[in-house]
Amino acid sequence: MSDIVENGTWQEIGPTDDFVVDLGVCVQNGDDQVAVFRLAEDEWYATQNLCPHQKQMVLSRGLTGDVKGEPKITCPLHKRSFSLRSGEFLGEGEMDCLKVYEVKSEAGKVFLKL
Amino acid sequence: MSQETIIVVGNGMVGCKFCATLVEKDADKRFKLITFCEESHPAYDRVHLSEYFSGKTAEDLMLQPESWYAENGIELHLEDKVVSIDREKKSVTSAKGVELVYDKLILATGSSPFVPPVPGIEKEGVFVYRTIEDLEGMMDYAKKATKAAVIGGGLLGLEAAKASQDLGMETHVIEFMSRLMPRQVDDAGGEILKGIIEERGLSVHLNKATTNIAGDGKVEAMEFKDGSSLGVDMIIVSAGIRPRDELARECGLEVGPRGGVVVNDNLLTSDPDIFAIGEVALYNNFIYGLVAPGYKMADIVATQLLGGEGAFQGADMSTKLKLIGTDVASFGNIEPKEEHKDIVITDPVRGIYKRLITTTDGKLLLGGILIGDADAYGNLLQMTLNEMELPEDPMALILPAGSGEAPSFGPGSLPDTAQICSCEDVSKGSICEAIEGGARTIPELKSCTKAGTGCGGCVPLLTNLLNHQLEEMGEEVNTDLCEHFSHTRQELYRIVRTTGIDNFDSLIEAHGNGGRGCEICKPAVGSILASVYNDKVISQGNRKLQDTNDRFLANIQKNGTYSVVPRVPGGEITADKLITIGEVSKEYDLYVKITGGQRIDMFGAKVNDLPKIWEKLIAAGFESGHAYGKALRTIKSCVGSTWCRFGVQDSTGMAIMLENRYKGIRSPHKLKSAVSGCTRECAEAQSKDFGVIATENGWNLYLGGNGGMKPRHADLFATDLDDDTLVAYIDRFLMYYIKTADKLTRTSVWVDSLEGGIEHLKDVIINDSLGLCEELDKQMQHLVDTYHCEWKDAVEDPEKLKRFKHFGNSESTDPNIKFVRERDQIRPANEDELATV
Ligand SMILES: Cc1cc2nc3c(=O)[nH]c(=O)nc-3n(C[C@H](O)[C@H](O)[C@H](O)COP(=O)(O)OP(=O)(O)OC[C@H]3O[C@@H](n4cnc5c(N)ncnc54)[C@H](O)[C@@H]3O)c2cc1C
Ligand code: SF4
Ligand code: SF4
Repeated sequence: MSDIVENGTWQEIGPTDDFVVDLGVCVQNGDDQVAVFRLAEDEWYATQNLCPHQKQMVLSRGLTGDVKGEPKITCPLHKRSFSLRSGEFLGEGEMDCLKVYEVKSEAGKVFLKL
Repeated sequence: MSQETIIVVGNGMVGCKFCATLVEKDADKRFKLITFCEESHPAYDRVHLSEYFSGKTAEDLMLQPESWYAENGIELHLEDKVVSIDREKKSVTSAKGVELVYDKLILATGSSPFVPPVPGIEKEGVFVYRTIEDLEGMMDYAKKATKAAVIGGGLLGLEAAKASQDLGMETHVIEFMSRLMPRQVDDAGGEILKGIIEERGLSVHLNKATTNIAGDGKVEAMEFKDGSSLGVDMIIVSAGIRPRDELARECGLEVGPRGGVVVNDNLLTSDPDIFAIGEVALYNNFIYGLVAPGYKMADIVATQLLGGEGAFQGADMSTKLKLIGTDVASFGNIEPKEEHKDIVITDPVRGIYKRLITTTDGKLLLGGILIGDADAYGNLLQMTLNEMELPEDPMALILPAGSGEAPSFGPGSLPDTAQICSCEDVSKGSICEAIEGGARTIPELKSCTKAGTGCGGCVPLLTNLLNHQLEEMGEEVNTDLCEHFSHTRQELYRIVRTTGIDNFDSLIEAHGNGGRGCEICKPAVGSILASVYNDKVISQGNRKLQDTNDRFLANIQKNGTYSVVPRVPGGEITADKLITIGEVSKEYDLYVKITGGQRIDMFGAKVNDLPKIWEKLIAAGFESGHAYGKALRTIKSCVGSTWCRFGVQDSTGMAIMLENRYKGIRSPHKLKSAVSGCTRECAEAQSKDFGVIATENGWNLYLGGNGGMKPRHADLFATDLDDDTLVAYIDRFLMYYIKTADKLTRTSVWVDSLEGGIEHLKDVIINDSLGLCEELDKQMQHLVDTYHCEWKDAVEDPEKLKRFKHFGNSESTDPNIKFVRERDQIRPANEDELATV
């Protein structure tokens, strides 16, 4: 039951209950990987899983949180933080942004727009 | 020459002063003076209003006797109020119907107390504190009242509270903000004031927003936003002042957005024939709520009218007064800008609080506050007004005479050339320069010196140095954990202990600043919860708090794989166990290395394989080595008296016993230890957090050592201990460290930061100077009794096992991980190699 939209399709990625609040899960998408974060009962974010700093597939294993209300993910390797809303790097200096994806939960299932 | 008419609206302190000044200067009688006085008494000394309670009469307080006005040709309209101004006709009309024409008009209507629109505020028994009539009303009402509350803990409110107490009432001060005199002092000063005031029998209630005043027609109780209430039968409102600009407003003069008649340097309003002076005048967006600036304004207007030159350029707001028997003085600018330096000394025991604000370079005094001891007021005021250069150490100006310098420990004693951050090669000197240049936080220091931006290992030392320098400069140090908690780790630990809160969500809700937490507070709280309760670190509520290492019970490596370190207590291992390590490493193709802590590390494990690896290790009798946690790592040992010809005690046996006792305990940072069998010290115990060296008679205990980046020799703590005493001392040392160290602080840094250093520790641990030993012993025993192997816990729980997967939606491992072989083992492929493998 995927619903075709402008630049992607909604893909089911698993039951809602498999996503623990405040934690991330890595989703395989062909050769690519997406990190999906559930920050509250119904608050979802998704970014690329690749940390742009060390180029490793680790972001889904980082800590979530916020800086002045802006939800963020902190990379487990060197504690670089990125906005979960925009993917923007939240620290000092130069760093690539994260790609962000749309994600939602409906009828007990989670969908990611890929 | 015909006389010009000047009408002064308001005969209060400033209006009266204006009349007196003009009369004095106007020798030729060029002006005819008329003044309207709304009150039934001609101008009186409002500043000393409270003395009306202690027996002074209205006559005593009067600034000029009533006869003075007639004698000087001043037409005084007593008990008559101006109700309108006609600027076109240049006339005023009074409540009694008098209409008079002016050439120049002076507005000196002062201000009125601000009464917040709380439901019930109109009830009988609510008073303000501004006029003699207000006081008469209070005195009358107090005869049948026993309990009063003052709304507002500012200067005036406290004065009113004293008056209310003098009237024989049980008196409560209700303050909406979190401290008394919120405009003048900071939290520490407010705390000291509170102490002083409570000592004088007044009750102080902070953070109280009044939502309702209950009672049948008259005041019976106050109700607050937090749901509490206070039974009182009288209320005095002192919640600030509002300029009485109503006349000016109605006749179209310019007024400020928050009230006050706008005046220029000449104290002229937007009408060139109307001046405003005193508390009604808004100069430079500021209302001067003191009498001295008002007097200055009166003088300037009088001078100008007589043809002289005069311009108001603001006024000094310095005051010194006795508040409830305590000296309180403030001078100059007491609202520092960010770049200014703030020097504070507090002495809660003697009730003294002093604060100086200086320019960034520390050379000029801008202002300050003195509570409890205002002897230095005169000097300091002079230094401020005359812009005199401050001495090297401005603190000396406010220290009580004869107090010596505090002994310095830790980062203060390092030479300027000392390298603090080795990654970026930053010396103590350049860090201090940056702090002097205005850096106040670790992120600021990081961005201007680069220190701590590499591995981050130097951040605790950097923090210590920053705090030390700021303290030296007399500034308050921000020790907040992060934006989510305005507490230090130590304070949070205490909060968790005393409240029994056992999860992050409740803690941030009750003691945090809102938000979701972050990578700083979550692991810190996770560690505190583990240190207090020893619940499983990856149980339901706790798992989300842990950094990746604690969450996956293994150490993440640069390519996202993990290393696995089983515990090898004391470094003693059997052949069978070695074989198991060999077999497991072979099966999962792991890189194997002997660590510095006498154990074996297996690298390159993928998340999906971790549980299977542990299962095999557990089956062979291994446990988790907690290499991933801020916890006890290893206790190294030499073979001691069992094998070595020099050994005097069984160092291996002792190391194994200690390692098994403390394994798994979470602490502010990792802990390392070693036990040597004789003074030859082969196990290097003196470079450990706690080190034990055997003697003929028992054990010597060394504390606070460190290898690594900033080596520190451990301090000898106690000698020739028997086994039980040794264990008791280490128990207390560790628990005291867990209780009082800041986050991510090794024991070496912690010991140095303790006032008194190792001597203080001896006092606490051996002499029980703080009466803590019993508590520390009990807490440690709880941790020892609740030990569990975290790997075993994970592999036995299917819910937890589900999390050890790279992908949520597939069982595959991360295809991005690539290895190459080097010296017969794997290692992560580097960027150049990635394309080829
Ligand atoms: C309890 C208390 C303690 C204080 N302690 C200090 C202190 O320690 N140090 C210090 O510097 N300051 C102190 N102050 C403040 C000081 O009293 C004022 O700054 C000063 O009185 C201001 O003078 P003013 O003439 O501008 O206003 P006021 O003295 O208030 O006089 C204004 C007068 O104008 C009258 N009026 C208003 N409108 C009209 C109208 N339309 N027609 C006719 N008359 C009108 C009012 O009734 C009032 O009598 C204290 C104030 C209070 C209440
Ligand atoms: S000294 Fe400062 S820190 Fe280090 S290795 Fe380090 S960052 Fe790096
Ligand atoms: S410390 Fe002493 S007992 Fe231990 S190995 Fe060295 S010499 Fe032997």
